[in-house]
Amino acid sequence: MKKRYWNEPQMGFRERIYFIEIARGLGITFGVFFRNMWKWLTFRKGALTAYYPEEVRSDYSPNNRGRHVLTLRPNGDVQCVSCNMCATACPAYCIEIISAADFGDPQHPKSPKVFEIDYSRCIFCGFCVEACPEDAIRMVKDVPDLPSFDRSNMSGKIDLLKLWRPTSDPRKPYPAPPVTTKAPP
Amino acid sequence: MSDLAVHGFFMLFAISFLMGLATVFTWVERKQSAITSDRIGANRCYVRIPFTNIKFIAWGLFHGVADGGKLLLKENFTPRTYDRFCYNLAPWLAGVPVLLVFAVIPFGGALIVGERSYVMQIAPLDAGVLFVLAISGIGVLSTMLAGWSSNNKFSLMGAARAASQMISYEVAMGLALISMVVTYGTLDLNAMVQWQSQLLGGLVPAWGIFIQPVAFILFLTASIAENKRIPFDLPECESELVAGYFTEYTAMKMGMFMLSEFIEIVVISALLVTVFLGGYNLPYFNDSGFAFPGGVNWALPPWAVVVLQVGTFSIKTFLVGCFQIQVRWTLPRFRYDQLMSFGWKFLLPLAAINLVVSVCIRLLTL
Repeated sequence: MKKRYWNEPQMGFRERIYFIEIARGLGITFGVFFRNMWKWLTFRKGALTAYYPEEVRSDYSPNNRGRHVLTLRPNGDVQCVSCNMCATACPAYCIEIISAADFGDPQHPKSPKVFEIDYSRCIFCGFCVEACPEDAIRMVKDVPDLPSFDRSNMSGKIDLLKLWRPTSDPRKPYPAPPVTTKAPP
Repeated sequence: MSDLAVHGFFMLFAISFLMGLATVFTWVERKQSAITSDRIGANRCYVRIPFTNIKFIAWGLFHGVADGGKLLLKENFTPRTYDRFCYNLAPWLAGVPVLLVFAVIPFGGALIVGERSYVMQIAPLDAGVLFVLAISGIGVLSTMLAGWSSNNKFSLMGAARAASQMISYEVAMGLALISMVVTYGTLDLNAMVQWQSQLLGGLVPAWGIFIQPVAFILFLTASIAENKRIPFDLPECESELVAGYFTEYTAMKMGMFMLSEFIEIVVISALLVTVFLGGYNLPYFNDSGFAFPGGVNWALPPWAVVVLQVGTFSIKTFLVGCFQIQVRWTLPRFRYDQLMSFGWKFLLPLAAINLVVSVCIRLLTL
């Protein structure tokens, strides 16, 4: 006995003799082919995909945040106090901080000697920005040329991250007003 | 001596035509599928002039060459099989028959060298159609040997499917060809082409596709099935059987199977062109030049006629091959029972009816 399926194909006579429907399908694909080919032949681009490394797409979302920056103090040092909270919050474990101590500056005795973000693992979730108590790391609207043929080139080093020079953000005047220091006891 | 040189040249031309066009078809398959689906396609391979930074990408044409080089240089991995002889024989059985079929296909009209006139055909056989059917039947042996000797379940499944599919579709293909033989009254492929150079009612060229459209569709369908391409690619369907009967083949042995598939596209296109699309003839074209229906004649020198005939044949073959590739990128794959019922319950009766009708018409008009 032939097994009956619950979703038996509902084919009429026209579908059953195949050739008309095949001709229709060929018409559709040939139509797309000739439309795209006509675009290529008239020196336009007939494809939706991009030549990736040569051609960066222009329609990134306005909400896209593609690069981390480390904010700076007026004297040019990074604002980071190397508390490792961003590295703790990071779900991809891609932030590596090595601290350096400078006891000559009692307000900011800790600072990062090495601050690396491994962009081969970063998922751009922004948790590091939310975790930061010092507003030392932010994400900006940028599409950096991150991909690389070598894995060792994929980490954002501290000098790459110190590129932020805001001048017009009213909530954060720059350079920052001088910090009133208390005399050490 | 002149005979030897001319026939050697024909063979050289045929081999380079098949190999070159097969390599071009690997590129066409990539690019045409890409353009059909709004993509760009393979475009990374280039040839650089030494010591300069000038690169020739040529729309990715070098990808076929790079593939060939890669396949030649890869490790020749052999599975632990107990039938080493059949395992090594199978790629040759796939590659050689498809090359042999082209021997009887005329790729041009008469070539006059000195006092002698040569038909541009490697082997001017009287029984060309029988030769085609006989040699293309060997192809099924290669798939069966490959699948059996690979010592692998996927290969065996693919070989079983390939054997049943190719044998059942060969019947419909043979019947379609026989109805064309009945129409033309000859088995010689060159005589078929010359028959097609006449005009129907002084206006329409007497091509096989206009006389026997049903046989054309039957032959096209059955020959795509013979070539094991989508929608009949059950023997090697990637989603179920990895690569079917050549799963266990690596390097150039696998390349032989792939190349024989692409050569078979060329050969099938050449057969379709020869039997159904007027061969090397253009409409209103004969051995002395163009003769348009309004009584306008345009004489051409013999060398121009030969060049035009070979060019016409090549371009027609290329376009039919592109059509086959478009079919491959349009249709989904048949299920196995659908494939069998389509072959035996639809194509075969249709081919038989077509044969009977064409025999009746031939008897009435004889």
